[in-house]
Amino acid sequence: MLELPALGWQSIVIFVVFALSLLIATYCTYAERVIAAFLQDRVGPDRAGPFGLLQPLADAVKMFTKEEFFPGGANKALFVVGPCLAMITALMSSAVIPFGNTMSFGNNAFFLQGIEVNIGMLWIFGVVSLGVYGVMIGGWASNNKFSLLGAVRAASQNISYELAMGMSLIAVLMISGTLSLREITLQQSVAGEWQMWNIVKQPIGFIIFLVCAFAETNRTPFDLPECETELVGGYHTEYSSMKLGLYLFSEYVNIFVVSAVMSVLYFGGFNFPFQYELRDWFVNSQGWELDSAQNLITILGTVGLFLKIFAFIFFFMWVRWTLPRFRYDQLMRLGWTILIPLAVFNIVLTGGLILFGVI
Amino acid sequence: MHPLFLFLSFVALLSALGVVFAKNPVHSVLFLILTFFSLSGHYLLLNAQFLAAVNIIVYAGAIMVLFLFVIMFLNLNVDTEPHKPALAKIAAAVAGGSLLLILVAALKDVLPTGVATGTAFNSQIGMVDQLGLKLYTDFLLPFELASVLFLIAMVGAVMLGKRETGERNF
Repeated sequence: MLELPALGWQSIVIFVVFALSLLIATYCTYAERVIAAFLQDRVGPDRAGPFGLLQPLADAVKMFTKEEFFPGGANKALFVVGPCLAMITALMSSAVIPFGNTMSFGNNAFFLQGIEVNIGMLWIFGVVSLGVYGVMIGGWASNNKFSLLGAVRAASQNISYELAMGMSLIAVLMISGTLSLREITLQQSVAGEWQMWNIVKQPIGFIIFLVCAFAETNRTPFDLPECETELVGGYHTEYSSMKLGLYLFSEYVNIFVVSAVMSVLYFGGFNFPFQYELRDWFVNSQGWELDSAQNLITILGTVGLFLKIFAFIFFFMWVRWTLPRFRYDQLMRLGWTILIPLAVFNIVLTGGLILFGVI
Repeated sequence: MHPLFLFLSFVALLSALGVVFAKNPVHSVLFLILTFFSLSGHYLLLNAQFLAAVNIIVYAGAIMVLFLFVIMFLNLNVDTEPHKPALAKIAAAVAGGSLLLILVAALKDVLPTGVATGTAFNSQIGMVDQLGLKLYTDFLLPFELASVLFLIAMVGAVMLGKRETGERNF
């Protein structure tokens, strides 16, 4: 008899995580326009619904009802597979992110997390490294030289920045000693101790990770694969209707996931200052049960994590509408000759600091 | 046998055959990626999570991306594919066939160890901490040498990428 591992509460959590990723990505498209309008002193979308809040819905209807176009000589199967892969890989990585601490009702206790695995960080890294396939396959299958150039740029850019990203993660691993994202989060706040978030211990690593995150999600100033001034539309030049929609959408899902990863790794995840003091206050002064106090702290922590995530998403958009695009050789030079040596230096520095007991 | 094992083996064999038989080199590479995925599934069934993740990261995530990258640039298609002479094809078939024969002859009497001797399978053997302990105690020197080798390769790549003074910004 084959037993299904994750039924009951955990499956509800998985479903909620999936739905939230999609919902946040949907409203990222709206937020992007509103923030762009704000930064450029315009009004932005305000026609569909109050404050234009129904704009993503209108966009979806538009995307679905547009003509589906297949370019001549395109590889049809791969042309369809490309955007699907982009979306799948974008959604896969949110599975291991701990969105909250433990919730317990009587004897039922469950994590606010899709799955808890002890290789969480490797999972994220693996899925991120697969993300480029959607772009590459789609770009190649379009049978268009601009698409192909975009695909090739995406591939080389992702590989180059994965190295520095991986090495900045290694420095986090050295101080945490575990690959589980949940453990890393819990280590950043210990009851009764003065414990710092990882950003204090890993400022250089965080900056490297942040820059690489921009490159891995193909966001401005590193959106060379879809650089419209040189490549028409880059890898999605030939795409139309919802297939284009999936590409654009997966970019926002990626931003959401990478923001969540940064919050978890460097900004304490679902921890917030004085959480244990608050819990103890509820238990001792208000006469709450420990379980319900813990549940309240968990919910507050989840809200806090989402605030951190939204702050990062805002930062992504802020940068997009502030900085101009890099040139391709500048991008490569930054990756190989600045970020990678810096990441190696960061590893050595972290090792030295651990050796002398500073962190 | 475990149904997942059967399914993964089926996918692995089928996609491995696809690598060889696909006409289009890009399809070949994609089948190879699928093969790596099913192999990672096998690692997971053996409780070797670290190996599974690293297999995906290194092979599917990095090496195959480079493969695909090169093949896209080469733009191989039916018209430009070089046709090998019949003699080369026959020679390849004979060489491959004799290799198969030797492998079968050499391995046909081999007994699987572990299962046959009845030693208990340590289910924790593939975990990250177990692997790390092994690497940093029994295999410390080869491990460190390999890491130095990788560092040298990386420095070499950076040196090649670095622009010489006076070189033009193309």
